[in-house]
Amino acid sequence: MTYTEPQIWAVIAILGVGTYLIRFSFLGLIGDRPLPPWLLRHLRYTSVAILPGLVAPLVIWPAATDGVPDVPRLAAALVTIGLGFWTKGVVRSMLGGALTLYVFQALMA
Amino acid sequence: MTAATSKSFFWQGCKAGVPFVLVVVPFAMLFGVAATEAGLPVSQTMGFTVVVIAGASQFAALQFMSENAPMFVVIASALAVNLRMAMYSAALTPHLGQEPLWKRALISYVLVDQTYALAFEKFERKHDLTLSQKTAYFLGAATPICPLWVLFTYLGALIGDGIPPEYGLDFALPIAFLAIVAPGLRTVAHIAAALVSIVLALALVSVPMNLGLLIAAIAAMMTGAEVERRMT
Repeated sequence: MTYTEPQIWAVIAILGVGTYLIRFSFLGLIGDRPLPPWLLRHLRYTSVAILPGLVAPLVIWPAATDGVPDVPRLAAALVTIGLGFWTKGVVRSMLGGALTLYVFQALMA
Repeated sequence: MTAATSKSFFWQGCKAGVPFVLVVVPFAMLFGVAATEAGLPVSQTMGFTVVVIAGASQFAALQFMSENAPMFVVIASALAVNLRMAMYSAALTPHLGQEPLWKRALISYVLVDQTYALAFEKFERKHDLTLSQKTAYFLGAATPICPLWVLFTYLGALIGDGIPPEYGLDFALPIAFLAIVAPGLRTVAHIAAALVSIVLALALVSVPMNLGLLIAAIAAMMTGAEVERRMT
């Protein structure tokens, strides 16, 4: 990482203020006004629009293997998604994914 | 009378928040460890956790700083992760918007996924709650969650480099994010948005300055909204 310490503090400060303003937006500034339906419709998908795209390259090209696709990591990702999708349990999915990673790594070692 | 009932609603909120400790504790430790491994001193790791107090966006910022993306991309991507909270803020305003400013400022600080979900569900189900009961419940729900977030980030930062690479900790972040997203794939629109996000993020991975993810996210968000519009 080439970020210097003051630069990282700047990221923390700007991200902190920006995030707080998002949280404070309606409660503190805009008040009780209904959101236009088109805006609500977009906001509903922000998490699911950004997190999968953030994770996808890390799953397919893991830094730990110098970007070479890796069976244990792919299997762990698939198990995590499957468990989360069908059982709806966050902790269960994380544990299942981690366990899959370890089992595959042990089998392939 | 009012004070006594508020107190009981505060405890109800606390009790409702306790199960989420199981999610918050590992996620917090993971951020502490990951930030330390990325080279951040404890002070900055804690700066993120206390000032930003939004795990997924902190991970996103950390990941992009590690990849040396420009600062505006780091901040824009991390803020995009947090945009959903505008929806939370809007949803809670009819319930808590009459509080004095300092209380709304405090509520905003601890407005996170878990406190929003618990409070909104409660407020929609029980229509006869007073303003002070609602606020007490909300702050109660934050009580087991937010302090533990800070505390366990600190423990993670102390453990930091002590965890050897064989433990595959590099992959804890993808697993944590997937575990958070997958249960939310409730409708065709959510699934469509997630697929567009994945495909475009992979296709645009060589776009300079890590801008590919932002483009993918905007397209995915519009996809989700459009699919929802056509299906209703």
